[in-house]
Amino acid sequence: MGWIDRISPQTLRILALLAVLALTVLFFASQIENYFNARLFNRVSSSVAIMALIACAQTLVILTRNIDLSIGSVVGFTAFATGSLVTNNPDINPLLLAAYAMVVGAGFGVVNGLLVAYARVPSIIVTLATMAIFRSLLVEYSDAKSITSDALPKWLVEFPNVPLFTIAGVELRAAFVTSLIIVFAVHLALSRLRPARKLFAVGSNPEAAEMAGINQKAVIFAAFVAAGALAGLGGFMFLARFGNITVVAGLGFELKSVAAAVVGGVAINGGSGSVIGALIGAILVDLIDTSLVRWELVSEFWREAVLGLLILTAVAVDAILMRRLIALRVRREKARKEAAK
Amino acid sequence: MNALKAGLVKLQSWEGFLLVVLIFIILMNASLTENFLSVGNQMNLFMLSIEKIIVALVMTFVIINAEIDLSVGSMMGLSACAFGWMFQQGVNPVAAIAICLLIGLVGGFINGWFVARVGLPSLVVTLATLIGYRGLARVLVEDRGIGDFPQWFNDLGQKGLIGPVPFGLIAFVILFLVLYVVLQRSGFGRKTYVIGTNRDVADFAGIDTGRVKIVIFVMSGLVSAFAGLLFAARVGAVRGDVANGFELDIITMVLLSGVSIFGGTGTLVGTLLAILIVLNLRNGMALLNITGHIQTGVVGLLLIASVLVPRIKLPKARAKEVT
Repeated sequence: MGWIDRISPQTLRILALLAVLALTVLFFASQIENYFNARLFNRVSSSVAIMALIACAQTLVILTRNIDLSIGSVVGFTAFATGSLVTNNPDINPLLLAAYAMVVGAGFGVVNGLLVAYARVPSIIVTLATMAIFRSLLVEYSDAKSITSDALPKWLVEFPNVPLFTIAGVELRAAFVTSLIIVFAVHLALSRLRPARKLFAVGSNPEAAEMAGINQKAVIFAAFVAAGALAGLGGFMFLARFGNITVVAGLGFELKSVAAAVVGGVAINGGSGSVIGALIGAILVDLIDTSLVRWELVSEFWREAVLGLLILTAVAVDAILMRRLIALRVRREKARKEAAK
Repeated sequence: MNALKAGLVKLQSWEGFLLVVLIFIILMNASLTENFLSVGNQMNLFMLSIEKIIVALVMTFVIINAEIDLSVGSMMGLSACAFGWMFQQGVNPVAAIAICLLIGLVGGFINGWFVARVGLPSLVVTLATLIGYRGLARVLVEDRGIGDFPQWFNDLGQKGLIGPVPFGLIAFVILFLVLYVVLQRSGFGRKTYVIGTNRDVADFAGIDTGRVKIVIFVMSGLVSAFAGLLFAARVGAVRGDVANGFELDIITMVLLSGVSIFGGTGTLVGTLLAILIVLNLRNGMALLNITGHIQTGVVGLLLIASVLVPRIKLPKARAKEVT
């Protein structure tokens, strides 16, 4: 048995993504003077802190063969709600505030989950609708006001920028570290915990999962609630980073999170993928975004065009290579059986 | 008596239900505001969303075929921006229009090719092109606004062509009639339904499913490009964010019409009724000074209700299709 028979497609994907990430850095380092330095890391890590959480949330839902298009509105609403709570109660305990954001987010997740899992309305319809509904709730709730950063307590505004460790100018900032810890915790749960493994079972074959005694509805419901809670935490991070929150906060995050997950190798048809992949996907997307702005050869307006091309290439190459890999393994398996005879 | 019975049975179809809802909304609007039934308001009602409703017609094909096209809004933006850019470079406007339609054709083909030949999910492909086509639009116009188009071009979007009826509305009606015949009365239409119901069966029946899918995505790209030009003419200027986010409104209209997201069911008449419902509802709310975000929220509620209600009222007619 060679390595090709033993390595799992998931591991292969992560390795390939890391290679692409390294190549991207090398490419831009050769193009842009003074590119590869601590500031690049600090800049990318600050913005990935938010997107990593949201991509992670989206991954949980996609794993069960569903999609959550309301995630941007949930981020916007929780950012605003958390902001107005802390504006009115500046002395509130930080952990309590983060918990509040997660509870509000999870509440939206409950609405989505009930409609998708128990009322059995297709998730794309439910979340397309709740995207608009949650956003209009925000408009009502905000009453044409916005949250401003000067009304927020100092610790909250500084939270994204506080370095926990500094190694040669590379700062590991609090928000980024928090996101990393959460993503790795979700990853551990998904790969080690029995209840979390059910997400994969339901996503890869709902009928088989049902026959194996898995309560499909409960699993899908839980995925939406967990995604809502993570998106709520994302809203908290969003508030901390930007400070100024209006009714359009988080607009467009739904598609960005799907993009990060898909680039990270999460199968849109469910059942396969990892949150680590989604994390690397989010980093890759952000790295390209940040780097193109600094690349003098092309105007910064190429950012989105290149990003679209990247997603399409990543998915197409992934699909073709995976098909080849599976075909290759089948051939080798056959050859081994022949040889055994 | 029998005729009445037949009429009642017909009303129990999804389209019948939509018709009842539509009539109810129109009566509500007419009683709430005096201006509602004026010709000016009726034209305005269509023209404010003319680009969306034109694209909703082809989106019906895409979704019945069990695919989705998220890139339509970006394609509208790309086409409008390409027109603006070429106009600025001194290209003849008529030639520029032709080139824009060609861009739509190519963009649609790219979507279709990746879906049909590479075998990628359309959700992913068109999400990528949603970002990519929008990116190209921004490359062309950067952060400028381009305007001062020729008078005849602006007139096409803004003035009545036949009496008070503007060009966009005429195009919508013609497109509806043509697509109605294609979807409901032609072999291509039947293939669209069969592939949407079960692609494998269609394959075994000897249908070139890939080709049908590519043709549908090309139609979608072409019509979106046309709608983008219409937007440029109506507004009289273009910017990088033209038609940003329109895809979700368009898909909502189609899903409201009873077209199943899993493909294979729905009709173009349903789409027309759903379009009229959304337009009248929004118009009525606008006349009552309800803001855009809230209007969208109400349409969202309606979308969820459109899937839940038939399960209670019409278990036979729709429950099967949805689950």
